[in-house]
Order: sequence, then structure tokens, then C-alpha cells
Amino acid sequence: MIPTPDLSHLSKGDYEYVYEPAEDTFVLLDALEEEADSIRSLVPRICLEIGSGTGIVSSFLGHIIGVSNALFLCTDINPHAATCSARTGSQNKAPLEPLIASLVSPLASRLAHAVDILVFNPPYRAGIAGSWAGGADGMQVVAALLEQVDGLLSPRGRFYLVAVKQNNIPKLREFMLKPFCYRGRTKIVLQRRAGREYLFVLRFVRRVVNV
Amino acid sequence: MVRLITHNLLACHAKGCTSNNFPLRFSNVKLALREADFNPDFIRGFLPRIEWDALVQASREIGDTSLPPERPEMLDDDFLKQLHHVLLEIHVDEGSMTCPNCEHVYPISSGIPNMLLAEHEIR
Ligand SMILES: [Zn+2]
Repeated sequence: MIPTPDLSHLSKGDYEYVYEPAEDTFVLLDALEEEADSIRSLVPRICLEIGSGTGIVSSFLGHIIGVSNALFLCTDINPHAATCSARTGSQNKAPLEPLIASLVSPLASRLAHAVDILVFNPPYRAGIAGSWAGGADGMQVVAALLEQVDGLLSPRGRFYLVAVKQNNIPKLREFMLKPFCYRGRTKIVLQRRAGREYLFVLRFVRRVVNV
Repeated sequence: MVRLITHNLLACHAKGCTSNNFPLRFSNVKLALREADFNPDFIRGFLPRIEWDALVQASREIGDTSLPPERPEMLDDDFLKQLHHVLLEIHVDEGSMTCPNCEHVYPISSGIPNMLLAEHEIR
């Protein structure tokens, strides 16, 4: 059992600027914990979280993998979030490498086929409407990242994505099946109803290793 | 935290800047040394991801001259410890990183690099 990271160093003031962990965050933590053995068996060296917010997810991942076993990069376009991520890392003795950046842009060329664990809980709440093809911000961000996932993942790499029912899960999976290497290698790790929402954690594996 | 391990993974991503955009050059740095647990397996496993010349150049820019210009073939414990120190224990808390090609400046403040670009600079 991996303890939920301590966020007692963050205050109400911080949550005015940074997304406060909610059901979607906890479903992701639970999914990662369920995957813990299988993640460890990959011996990941480079982890990357997009939109790290408070840093709770990367800190948790650090304790799953072992804080000195990998590099935990996290990006967030929001400078307050990057600061919170750094603080949460130190509070939980899980050193994180936060960068203020949009998605992966400054890392993309050097991390080509180098990321072992990629994690993304998209900012659906910051303007999600519902349709995959529609112009909702959250979904545009997901679509922009999905285009890049295959170029980032290492041969043993995997990608964990939080989705909501409105995202049209079959469409998401179909999208990820376009590159041949994901054929038959996408699955729903966890799904849970949270209030009116239905949350999913999807896993995309580039190549099957000891699953 | 801007440590050299992270710096080694960052390239300029400004519009039109696609060659000679790595490594970013450090200037006006304020450094701090913070101990980190030595994990030789991690260093060995990470080494293939490192661009050696860029690491040597960056470490010299911030005043550490301990790394040899050529990556040694033999990865003995002394070398791995030295590399651990350079990659993970030297923190650039303040300063800036400049693109060698387009000269875009990415500032570092409280250990966090700001890699954002203005709207017109985005690719
Ligand atoms: Zn440039």
C-alpha cells in the first residue's frame, strides 16, 4: 500500500491557482497503484507527467517506482502549478523536475522514444464540453497530445490517460490504434462513477512486456 | 529543479528554430548543492539517454570541470559517483538558458525553468 502523498503544505490560496485533487485525481492514483508491479517490472528510467498541477500524481509514481530509480519530469503551463509540484515533491521526499511548459514542447526532440511512463490527466474541468471532435479545450489538448504519444514512448513505454465518458472512449482507443504498435494493447485499467461523471483510466502499451 | 540531467533533455522549440538548438547555454547562474541518494543502476541505465558533449559543455559553463571530454568506456564506481554528483546534485536555482541558434532566453527562477514562448514564437 502506497500512502497518498501529503499535501498539507498547500493552502486554500494555492488552490485558487492550482487544480485541487478531486475524484479524477484519486481514480488515477488508484489505477497506478493497481499497476504498480507491472510498472516496476519495466524498470522505468524516464517518467513524464503532463499538467502535473499539485504534483500529487508524480510524487505517488515516485514512491511506486522508487524515487532514485527514475527521473520524474513534470510539465505544467501554469507557473503556480510548477511551483506546487516542486513543493509537493520535496514534502514527500520524491524529487520532481517541474518545468513551465505547454505539453511536451521543449522536451519532445530529446525525449523521442525515450519516455517509459507517460501520464496525463487532462484539464477537462477547465472548459470541457463533451464531444471528441468538438472544440472543447480539454479535448483539443488531448488530441494535440495523442498525436505526439507514439513519438515519445520508448519501446517498452506506456501511457496512462484519464478520460471521462463524454470523451467517447471507443473513439480514443481507435485513435491510438492507428499506429500499428498499439494494436490490442489498449485497455481500461479502472472505471468509476463519481457523482454525475464517469471516469476512466486508459492504458496504452507500446510493446507488451510481462503484462 | 534545473539539474544537468534535465538540462540535457531540453532544446529550444521556438518557431523556425530546428537546428543547432541544443544544448541551451547557461548564464548568470546561482547554484546550490543538494545531496541525492546514489543509485548506480539508475546512472548506468540513464547514460544512453545522455548527450555527452552537451553535458560536458553545460557542466563547464556552471563551473564544474570534473567530467572528461570523452565518455570513459569503463563505468567504474568512482566515475558513476562523479557523474551522479554532476547530473543530480548540482541545482541551478536562478539564471537563464539561451538558445545557441535563435538566442531565445529561457529564465530559471526558484529552480524552475520557464520554457513558454510568446504566441508569435510558437511553432
Ligand atoms: Zn532557438
